[in-house]
Amino acid sequence: MIELIDVHKSFGNHHVLDGVNLEVKKGESMVVMGRSGSGKTVLIKHIIGLLKPDAGEVWVDGIKVNELKEKELNQLRKKFGMLFQYAALFDSLAVSENVGFALMQNTKMKRKEIEERVKECLRMVGLEGGEHLSPAELSGGMKKRVGLARAIALQPEIILYDEPSTGLDPIMADAINNLIVDLKEKLRVTSVAITHDMVSAFKIADRIAMLYKGKIIETGSPEEIKSSSNPVVQQFIHGEAEGPIPTLE
Amino acid sequence: MLKLIEKGVVRFCSEMGNIFILLLKSVFWIFRPPLQLRLIANQMEEFGIRSLPVVLITGGFTGMVFALQSYQGFQRFGAETLIGPVVSLSICRELAPVLTALMVAGRAGSAMAAEIGTMKVTEQIDALETLATNPVKYLVVPRIISGIIILPVLTIFADSIGMFGGYLVSVNLLGTNPTIYVKSSFDILELGDVTNGLIKAAFFGLGITLVGCYYGFNTEGGAKGVGRATTKAVVVACMSILILDFFLTKVLWGI
Repeated sequence: MIELIDVHKSFGNHHVLDGVNLEVKKGESMVVMGRSGSGKTVLIKHIIGLLKPDAGEVWVDGIKVNELKEKELNQLRKKFGMLFQYAALFDSLAVSENVGFALMQNTKMKRKEIEERVKECLRMVGLEGGEHLSPAELSGGMKKRVGLARAIALQPEIILYDEPSTGLDPIMADAINNLIVDLKEKLRVTSVAITHDMVSAFKIADRIAMLYKGKIIETGSPEEIKSSSNPVVQQFIHGEAEGPIPTLE
Repeated sequence: MLKLIEKGVVRFCSEMGNIFILLLKSVFWIFRPPLQLRLIANQMEEFGIRSLPVVLITGGFTGMVFALQSYQGFQRFGAETLIGPVVSLSICRELAPVLTALMVAGRAGSAMAAEIGTMKVTEQIDALETLATNPVKYLVVPRIISGIIILPVLTIFADSIGMFGGYLVSVNLLGTNPTIYVKSSFDILELGDVTNGLIKAAFFGLGITLVGCYYGFNTEGGAKGVGRATTKAVVVACMSILILDFFLTKVLWGI
């Protein structure tokens, strides 16, 4: 369903992606793990066409994303939902307007239908009744829930999660992880999550890929990753300062 | 030194080019339905109604000061009756449109750059794109349309209050005959003096919104980047207003 083939991306002299190859199958939950600043967000932004690769190809559902014109790209984006690292809620809009945003902009649904869908999405993320709140009144966990409700409003086939547990306490992080697993089962979506939180990665992933020095160096099921013989993977999943990954890069 | 100047000129030209590209994109999106009337109305409120007190104070006091200064000059050769015509002409042709635009650039232009800049650094603009919404259509077009409409409206208020300020000072403070003052103020005015001032204001509205949006969209980094974008937006918008004013005056009055 999603395929990245030899994707390269640089910002100035900094080569962030250096030939990334990754395949995500339909209905699969893929987690890409890697250190902060390793290019995980850059990678995920390529999938939804927010960034274009300097070289290489990005395919979604048989469509080459990096060659699409804006109109076609917007059409493709309707298949996606994306949860941003800090939720990226529109702070001038109330929760209900945030969740219903894509429906207002991209569908011909009536106001009443949109209200119903917004309620349904908020119910799915456990925030029923919070429609009237403004983003400034929400805690970090609530913001992520609203972000998630917004991401699923258009009934996407693919959901992208950018660091879903970042900035949350362990209990709230686990609640968000449960929500991601729950949504995957209920909605049968394909999901790609990027994280450096190993608890989160092992909980939500069907498969895990490790991004290191601009390349995917290992891919496998959570069990395969846990028993990997690659010292880089072992150092990362155990969170050890000593090892082949330097502390400062 | 020469290299520094060269670098500055290149950067200036590149920024002007990018602002022009943003203008072209906005024109393209203006004509693509649906026109988001609710967003335009929101921006008119933000841009217009909230700027009104500042514009009224500026216009009123400018008219009053101008009457005082003119009196000083005209009194020397016994031409006090010219205060009314000079005040009304200067206010309508020049002072009201330019000062209104400068005030709005300081208030609303900076707010625009800060708001869009914050949206940029908090990934809200990326979020817009992932929700299949074009940021230029959603953020820039309503602001540009509201700027083009609301600046002339604010200028009409500034024209009126400025002329009224001149009247107050001339009649109550300097003892000018009110009937003569009002008659001479309106007799000298031609329709073109007012309408050309309003056309100028519409261009200034376009300039302020375009510059504010451009620097907002190009914000880099966190809070510091937003601050820098806001400052740049105000400085460039004010300079653009003064430069545009010269060329528009030349073209509109065929001087």
